[in-house]
Amino acid sequence: MAGPGQADPRPLSPHLQIWKWHWTMAGSIFHRVSGVGLYGGSFLIGAWLIALATGPEAYKFVEMIAFSLPGQLLLFLWSMAVLYHFANGLRHLIWDGPMVGFKPGVASLWSMFNFAFAIIGAAVIWSLASFF
Amino acid sequence: MTTSAKTVRGLGAAGAGTQHHIRQRVTALALVFLVPWFLYSIIHACKAGYEGALIWVAQPVNAILLILTLSAALYHMRLGMQVVIEDYIGKSGTRQALLILNTFAVIALAAATILSVLKIWFTAGA
Repeated sequence: MAGPGQADPRPLSPHLQIWKWHWTMAGSIFHRVSGVGLYGGSFLIGAWLIALATGPEAYKFVEMIAFSLPGQLLLFLWSMAVLYHFANGLRHLIWDGPMVGFKPGVASLWSMFNFAFAIIGAAVIWSLASFF
Repeated sequence: MTTSAKTVRGLGAAGAGTQHHIRQRVTALALVFLVPWFLYSIIHACKAGYEGALIWVAQPVNAILLILTLSAALYHMRLGMQVVIEDYIGKSGTRQALLILNTFAVIALAAATILSVLKIWFTAGA
């Protein structure tokens, strides 16, 4: 072990900023990012439910925020985070259960699919929700 | 799932065994079924306005599924946030404080939201 004031001459392990981004890495990072986002989002969904139980004025206030432009944007991001975390979480269960999908090619494709699922899925849900 | 006592007795550096991992998976498994229902329902409830949303929550099946979704999701996210805190917060005091805050925040949210569902359900029936 290096003493005080003396730099350790051994090379450092690679840090995040010098890694070449690839699909499986992005897939893993966004699982955590979407999870943390959903943690915050659940407090907003909770606020909706609490307002509904509180009364019409409280509900009107939450509705006003939810239907504003920032509110709609936040809800769209929330739906994307739900779909991504759902798809990638299903993949985690498949990894842990039947233990398939570890081959590099398959793993990369699967990551791409999960991102596409989240983006296209959110777009489909929002267009369906505004039509019906 | 059992592991031989000899191997788990020490519990390693984390101070905990496989229980956390298994619970994260079991709640995930429940959410595989609950989340699609929740997404479909919440959109309908939100579009129905105040009265419509009340009627929706007051349906027994919806109230039960809502409480199950809340319980599974909140437990799942408490476990998830715990790992994030343990990974990134090195200082022991800060880490302990955040871990406790995580637990408090999630339990407070669970209590408030589940009581809200029950309140709507009971008042609609009266």
